[in-house]
Amino acid sequence: MSEHKTMWTTRVRKATLEKYQPTDILPDQQPAYVSSWIYVAGVATIAAFVMLFASGLILTLEGPAWWHNSSTGHFINSIHLWSVELFFVFMVVHLWGKFWMAAWRGKRLMTWITGVVSFLASIITGFTGYLIQGNFDSQWIATQAKDGFNAMGIGAYFNALNTGQAMLLHVSLLPIVLGAIVVWHVILVRKRGVVPPIDSSIDEGKGGSK
Amino acid sequence: MKLLFIDLNHPAHYLNIGVLSISIGNLVMIASVVALFVLALVLPFPSHDEDKESGK
Repeated sequence: MSEHKTMWTTRVRKATLEKYQPTDILPDQQPAYVSSWIYVAGVATIAAFVMLFASGLILTLEGPAWWHNSSTGHFINSIHLWSVELFFVFMVVHLWGKFWMAAWRGKRLMTWITGVVSFLASIITGFTGYLIQGNFDSQWIATQAKDGFNAMGIGAYFNALNTGQAMLLHVSLLPIVLGAIVVWHVILVRKRGVVPPIDSSIDEGKGGSK
Repeated sequence: MKLLFIDLNHPAHYLNIGVLSISIGNLVMIASVVALFVLALVLPFPSHDEDKESGK
């Protein structure tokens, strides 16, 4: 089959394969220095994110009456809560570890930046999640946040008391944004490789899978 | 009905030192994350037997 070089699909395919080798994106080995618990925090964050996403899908399908009034709903609601607790715990450990490793070395600046942006997006997603619990806790958080936003001049653009808006942000827009940034972050980690320890003899720019 | 080991049906306890004011719950959470971070640095990571056999 002849190749149509002018087609956009051909150009995108070639550019993607040139930039992201399948052996880099899906490696079967990692450098020896990755054998440390501090390197596990990143993948533990992703595992918690997967649990968050799966439990969130079930909550979305069933609705607030179900997660407040049925035992199965309570269970899935609790899984969603504890997943987000673990998500932030592991992400903070991952952040501290990468900060003290200066993980932006060796052309990994965009990896660091996507990590920071995903952290900020996670805080906004977590906040909208607290707003839509549908209990006194969420009412308290919403009224306090409303005053805070008004003090900062943001109240004209985002009303924390608008539960419907918070619900749509939490279950549609923010998961897409956060999911896309996390995927981008992981692809960059695969492409650039895991950063070697400071002062190691390994070339900083070549810390990828072997 | 008491389902929890800790009774949470009261306002949070706070630690006040000068200008610093933090709830015990938040303090425990922060201390736990710091402890997890330190453990991740110092605990030995299990190695694969096949790596030892092949001398990697």
